[in-house]
Order: sequence, then C-alpha cells, then structure tokens
Amino acid sequence: MVKLNMVKALNLALLQEMERDPDVLVLGEDVGVDGGVFRVTEDLHRTFGGKRVIDSPLAEAAIVGTAVGMALYGLKPVCEIQFSGFAFQCFHQIENHAARYRQRTQGRFHCQMVVRMPYGGGVRALEHHSESEEQFYAQVPGLKLVVPSGPRNARALLVSAIRDPDPVIFFEAKALYHAHKEEVPEETEALPIGQARVAQEGRDLTLIAYGAMVRVALEAAEVLRAEDGAEAEVIDLLTLSPLDRETLVGSVAKTGRAVVVHEAPRSFGPGAEIAASLMEGAFLALEAPIRRVAAVDVPWVGFAREKASVPDVPRVVAAARETLAF
Amino acid sequence: MPRTPLDLRLSVDHLSILDSDGNLDTALEPDIAAGDLKRMYRTMVLGRRLDERMVRLQRQGRIGTFAPIKGQEASQIGAVATLRREDWMVPSFRETAAMLWRGWPIEQLLAFFAGRLEGGRPAPDQRDLPITIPVATQLPHAVGLAYAAQYRGDDAVVMAFFGDGATSEGDFHEAMNFAGVWHVPVVLVCQNNQWAISVPIKKQTHSRTLAQKALAYGFPGIQVDGNDVLAVYAASREAVLRAQAGEGPTLIECVTYRLGVHTTADDPTKYRSEAEVREWERKDPLTRFGAYLEKKTLLEPGLEEELDAEIARAVAVFESLPPADPLTMFEHAYGELPAHLRAQRQEVGERLARTAPDPPAAGEPLPPPPMRGQRKTSRWSN
Repeated sequence: MVKLNMVKALNLALLQEMERDPDVLVLGEDVGVDGGVFRVTEDLHRTFGGKRVIDSPLAEAAIVGTAVGMALYGLKPVCEIQFSGFAFQCFHQIENHAARYRQRTQGRFHCQMVVRMPYGGGVRALEHHSESEEQFYAQVPGLKLVVPSGPRNARALLVSAIRDPDPVIFFEAKALYHAHKEEVPEETEALPIGQARVAQEGRDLTLIAYGAMVRVALEAAEVLRAEDGAEAEVIDLLTLSPLDRETLVGSVAKTGRAVVVHEAPRSFGPGAEIAASLMEGAFLALEAPIRRVAAVDVPWVGFAREKASVPDVPRVVAAARETLAF
Repeated sequence: MPRTPLDLRLSVDHLSILDSDGNLDTALEPDIAAGDLKRMYRTMVLGRRLDERMVRLQRQGRIGTFAPIKGQEASQIGAVATLRREDWMVPSFRETAAMLWRGWPIEQLLAFFAGRLEGGRPAPDQRDLPITIPVATQLPHAVGLAYAAQYRGDDAVVMAFFGDGATSEGDFHEAMNFAGVWHVPVVLVCQNNQWAISVPIKKQTHSRTLAQKALAYGFPGIQVDGNDVLAVYAASREAVLRAQAGEGPTLIECVTYRLGVHTTADDPTKYRSEAEVREWERKDPLTRFGAYLEKKTLLEPGLEEELDAEIARAVAVFESLPPADPLTMFEHAYGELPAHLRAQRQEVGERLARTAPDPPAAGEPLPPPPMRGQRKTSRWSN
C-alpha cells in the first residue's frame, strides 16, 4: 500500500497501464513535458517518450478526433481535455463518432478510448473552469461516464476505463485532486464500471451522490445521525452511465426516501433520471417525494457566488430533514 | 530597422495531362498498366451507371436520400487507384465510385441508402471507414489512423476525401494542422465540385485555390484538373509515394463539378444556371478518358450493358434481403449490452410480438408497387 492523493493515484493507473500495454498512449494539451496542468500525467513523457505521451496542438476536436482514428486502428488512446468547460469544442467528435462507431459499422470497428476531463467547482477558478457538465455525456448512447470520488476508486476505475472496449468519459472532480490521501495498493486493481458503491449503510433515507458530492453527502449523513438520530444510507454512484439502477432501487425499497445531490444544474440533470428510475423501480416503497439538491439553472455564477449554488452540507441536511418529515 | 520580406518559397502547381479536347501531355502521362486503365474506366462507368440507377430507385421510393457523384468519377478513381489494399480509405458521403473501387458490394451501398445499419459495415479485412456525414469530421480520424500506422511501424498510407465546403470547417483546419505537426502519411483529397449545396466556392473562401491552404500548415498542396483521371492519378501517386517514404502529408485539390443534385432532396435550378452545367458537361471525365482508351484500343465493347446487368443483379439481391430485424439495433450499441438496454430490448421485443401483423392469407393480392416518381416511402411501407 502507498498513500496517494487522487492526482498521484490517477498517475499510477496511467503508468501501470502504459507499462502493461504498448497500445495505450496519452494525448492532450500540456500532458507531456509539463505533465498536465494538474500533473496527472507527470513523468509519463520522461518514461515513455513523446510518441506515446503526445503534447498535441491546442485543438480539442482534433485531440478527440485523431484519438478516434487511433482507436479505429487498434490503439487505446487516453485523451486529456484540460477543463470540461472546453470539451464542447470536441463534443461533436465524442457524440458523432466515438459513441457511434461500433453501431455505425455493426461491430467492425469500435473506439476503445478514454477522454479524461477535470470538472466542478471549489477551486476558485474562472468561467469554463468550474462548471459541471456531466449531464451532456450521460445522455449519449454508446458512451460510458465514470465519476470517481476518491484516490483509490479513481485509480481502479481509470484502469477499467482504459481496458473497457467502449469509449469512456472520465470526469475528475478538481476539488478532490488534492483533497485527501488514501491507501492505494501498489499492485494494479480494477473496479467494475456500472456498479455503484454503498458508501455508508442506513435505514431511514438514501442520499445519492457522485464525485465531489459524495463527501458532502457523507458529512450530511453524520450531521443527521448526530443531531436527528437518523441513519442515512449514502450511495456513491461512481458510474453515471450505465446507471446502476439495481443498487439505487434496492436502497430506496429499504429506506423509502431519497435525496439526490449533484453539482450540475438541476433541470434535466442526472437527478431527474435517477428520480424517474426510482419512480419506476421503487414507487410503492416511496414515503416522500424524491428531492434534488443541485446547482441553480443559471449559465454561470462565478466563484465569488459559487457557494450559493453548489450543494453544501447544510442544504443536503435541510432537504433530508424535509424528506424525513414528509 | 527595415521591413524584410521572408523567403517562404511557397508555390502551388496546377496539373493537367489530358484536357477536355483530348490533348495529351505525353511527357507527364503516367505509366499505368493496360489492365489497371481498363479497371479504372470500368469503375468510373459503373459509378456513373449506378448513380443514375440510384436516382431512379430513390424517386421510386426504393431507397432513401443519397448524394450523387455524377461528374466526379475521375477525382475519385484517379485517387483511390493509387492505393494498395493495406492502405486506408476515409470517405465523406459522395464517394460511391471510390467505394466501388475499394470493394464495397453494390447491394451493400443500396442497403446503406435504404437506411439499413448493415450497409455501414466494412468487410473484416477491409481498411475502409464507412460513410461519414457531418462535414469534415472524418479528417481528424484519417490523421489519427495515419499516426497509428506510423506508431506501429506499418507502411500504410491513409487517403481521405472531402469537398470544397469542408475546407471552411474547423475540423479540416485542425486535421491539417495535426497532419503537418505530426508529419503523418496521409493524403487529403478535396473534390472541389464548385458548390456546397447552394453556396458557390467564391462565397466559401477568399483563397485563390484550396490547394494553397496546405502551405500554411507546412506541407505541399497541388491543384489538379479533377476531370482528368490521368492528372488525378499522377498527383495522387506522387503523394502516396511521399507518404510511404516518410515525407508527410499532401493536400490535393481536384477541380471538378457536381453535374447532378447535391442530394436527391435538392433542386439546383434554384441556385445555378443551365449554361454553367452545359459548360461542365463538355468537360465530362468519362468522355475524355473513353477517347484516350479508344486510341489505345482498350475500350471493352458492350461494357455499359454488362455493368447494367451487374447493377440489376445487385438491385435484385438488395431487394430480396430479409426485412431488417428491429431487435438487432441493440446488438452493437456497446461491446456488452448494459442492463437498461437488455430491458429495452425485451420491451421492444414484446411490443413487436403483440403488434405483429398477421401474414397475408393465401391468394390475397399483394399491395400495389409504388408509382414512378413517388418520393415518400412511408405510405408504401405502411
């Protein structure tokens, strides 16, 4: 075991997968000599050279577009988009092509590739550097969307994403990069994509979160236990697409109450799909309306006002109390 | 300090070998084996005949919308004829002749334009990408394929096709830039057919040529008479050899003309003159290549009838395909079907089983065939 933060844990996953498989390569802006603006690809350039750790020109569409071509040839590219706010410049390559090539060619070609991107607030950054845009990718058939919540699962899920035969969008919460360290095994480990984790068991209510919001949900659960004597179950989704409805429905069938927490704007966000899935799967068990604690539906708030929009512990606790009291 | 001109040594050639009056520049005439010349002409004529047949099939409601190639046969065949089987071909959506050369069966192309997923599947050993519809978005794929070939140490070359309109798209410029920086074995073939639906080349770019755009990205561009198959072949051959020798990308601008509609949903009389079309019909690539072959006594008698029969056989095969099984639409969404799609497949299967029509009773007359010129397929199939 080694104690690593999320940046180092992701770096370890890339290093070990590149050592294991010569078809894995990394491309993006500043990922080579500089090691990435968040240092996730640090030292890979020195270890594997510029042909495998490519400092690409500054052009998101061609980073993902050329990666599609590499994947069609049989390579396994891992792209880094510097911030998820810039990924709209490659969204068409992701939606029009990476997600569709298997279907378009009826299995003759497929895109085994990963597009990593940092997302979310909490780092006092400018516009396009703080938003949460996971809902766009969650809606695209043919993609998988993974959002780890800590160093160990980030490393194990990135390993799975690289080995997955389908294109995986890998969202890394910037707020978690240096937030805490965890024991991470030196030997490679992989976690299955599409499986949620019960982060904490409970019987009174289910808090559903992913990425940086898992920590918020866990802290809210602690407040509810201490101040209300309520036991909240906390589910860490880890994968948004495909969504692990079985785990969600199983939990809410038990607790009868659910609050979904996410940083993405509320309307048409992941919380809507989760609430609809719970209505379909656990309607008769529900004791209260499903609540969503999410960002407000405005284009951008700026970090000076971010705390009023991004969910925090008091907002989650308040929503949970209303749900429990319903 | 004086302003000093930089010596960039930038220039673009125009290449023409066999002009529309049949004049041949023997010094530039490429050395192409007789068998290859015959196959090139054969595929160009097949492309033209199939194109005409497909327009009728579309008007009859037997296939959907498609983009005819009429007039661009030389730009396509002159280019792909320089590829080996192990090289890659990346089409846009107006490359029927090139696809025929690369071995796509006619019945599969028909299936594609009849909206069937099976139409987009290349053969297991075929190094062709399928038709790509969003303009210019296939060009980064071509550059990525070429990077991968270089990375693996294969000597494969990648050839990608696109139109004049594509040169306005960001993906074109990003692909050109990456191709130049990475110095990859890619040949970018622009079929400048003068019209991007209704927008003429003059409104598309203020550049004098499209070929010169390569110079900004640090590699050669050449403009050729795109209706002169010998010129297209010579320029492509040179570009492919450069790529194989590790000398990087080339942009080829084929100056040609779309004699037909943009797609079967388009009416070009709204935006261009009959006189312009007549002028380009005089420069038809088939006429001059046919005359060239006649002088070499390489024209095959009865070729058109033979190709028409080949097309008729393929149409028969296409029309005898079993109906598309709706449930197969789930098969290739992912490598392994996730739980929610297994559930949706089951739901669709059950719905279809409930609503399946009874088979027609013996002796009951079949519904009438669609009228000639009828455009909609929905009423017929309903």
